[in-house]
Amino acid sequence: MNILVFVKRVPDTESKIKINQETNSIVEEGLNFVLSPYDEYAMEEALRIRESKGGKVVAVTVGRDESLVILRKCLAMGADEAVLIKDPLPETYDGLRTARIIARYVQAKFADAGLLLFGKQSVGADNSQVPSMVAEFLGIGQANVVVKLEVEGETATALREVEGAQEKISLTLPAVVSAQKGLNDPRYETLKGIMMAKKKEIPVVTIEELGLKPDELATQVAIVRMDLPPSRQAGRVVTGPPEETARQLADYLHNEAKVI
Amino acid sequence: MILTYIETRDNKIKKASLEALSEAGRIAAELKTEAAAAIVGTGKEGLTAELAACGAAKVYLLENAAFDQYSTQDYAAALADLVKKTGPSAVFFSATSMGKDLSPRLAARLGVGVASECTQVAVKDGQIEFTRPVFAGKALLSFRLTSSPQIVSLRPNVFPLAQAAGAGELIKEAAEVPASPATGRVTEILQERGGEMDVTEADIIISGGRGMKGPENFGLLKEISELIPRSAVGASRSAVDSGWIGHQHQVGQTGKTVSPNLYMAFGISGAIQHLAGMSSSKVIVAVNKDPDAPIFKLADFGVVGDLFQVIPPLKEELKKLRS
Repeated sequence: MNILVFVKRVPDTESKIKINQETNSIVEEGLNFVLSPYDEYAMEEALRIRESKGGKVVAVTVGRDESLVILRKCLAMGADEAVLIKDPLPETYDGLRTARIIARYVQAKFADAGLLLFGKQSVGADNSQVPSMVAEFLGIGQANVVVKLEVEGETATALREVEGAQEKISLTLPAVVSAQKGLNDPRYETLKGIMMAKKKEIPVVTIEELGLKPDELATQVAIVRMDLPPSRQAGRVVTGPPEETARQLADYLHNEAKVI
Repeated sequence: MILTYIETRDNKIKKASLEALSEAGRIAAELKTEAAAAIVGTGKEGLTAELAACGAAKVYLLENAAFDQYSTQDYAAALADLVKKTGPSAVFFSATSMGKDLSPRLAARLGVGVASECTQVAVKDGQIEFTRPVFAGKALLSFRLTSSPQIVSLRPNVFPLAQAAGAGELIKEAAEVPASPATGRVTEILQERGGEMDVTEADIIISGGRGMKGPENFGLLKEISELIPRSAVGASRSAVDSGWIGHQHQVGQTGKTVSPNLYMAFGISGAIQHLAGMSSSKVIVAVNKDPDAPIFKLADFGVVGDLFQVIPPLKEELKKLRS
């Protein structure tokens, strides 16, 4: 079975975000970019399924040349192939556009894929849109925010995390699955893997090649502005005997903040 | 019309859905149109009054016994049919697990964009402007959607409930199951965690970090949580990665982004990725040994001290407040 893993390059989670007010976008200079953390779980799961069932794992991203580095990481982890779908646009925050590109790519190049894996969201746009949209465009089933996945022949069973419970979802393959933390422990790249990844050729597909029409590539998201969140002021800090500070804290919660 | 998808569990309406309906009502009033609600499933007639009280002028009941079991594909198809029939200008969801799963699938079916997990919705020059946190809240993005209908999901615990005086007209729609059977379907709901409240739904979060020193001490936070209704236990990434508590409790950039009324941080120093996930809480208090911990820079009230010494008398104080 061929498994496609869709990945994205994002600023690492320790990054401080600065905003360019002219372009309403984040300042990329000085940021450390990584493979989006949830995509690592998706990659790991794909490799484990390949190890037990055979087949091929292909890592795919939609982005600019800068995204090649995360594809190299996927190759170093053990992906058989990696593909860059070259998109000249910077971050659009529009899941629909990305999903259209991905769905068209799958139809054109990997119509036989058994499983399409994603991170549950990219760490950044935080949209959680693309997996469900791709599933709809391809007319296949979906399981999002998955913490356990079992593939058996032409079907799969996924445990999906919901508020205070888990849903068991039965899927007929091909299907879309998006990974949540807890699905597995992603492996580190080996030195040998890194060396091999350096030598591998990464094919580039342009969106023109995929034959998408201009209206399909138009973004639905018209950005008005981007701001930093309102900064919070440091409040009162108390110190002293625990009985006294506990009483002050309870008094603050009940009488001043009125939240308890 | 603005339509709001209403989620139920055990035949009760989720509070987050009522919040979404309430906001839909406010936006509808500004746009001089009406708010309506849509429920999928059977045996939901009794819920109309509660929806009317939150501003629904109409309640569409998409009845089909096949929908008693959730399938994203079937629900998206049923909602898309209702959208085509009734022509709303926007469809609101709450950004719950189901809302985040269903809203993009509906949007793709209609070929339109989604404004996900918004924390602010406003009408400007007759158009809806959305604001949502990106980078887990390190930045706020304001935008419009150029496509129609506008599919929107709202973060739970952010929008206040409305109080409306209206009857609400109940409209039953015999919803069709798509001809091709769904290839993904929920077959079972596992509540092994005793149905405990999720951090994204809680009004108050009692959270622990590395300073908790070990898994056994998270029981202390659970004891505080038991004293406070609608509260949940949260955790920092380091506590989760140390295996002290399940990842579903994690608050921060690779966990959940939350906006409770009160966030209590015990032994959490305040890494950037953690602060991003909780800094939109209405009130933040922190207990930490280290007076220089970054969490104190945004806490409304801080206690410098040993949490193991502060928690026992704090519990006694909370018990007093309760009685």
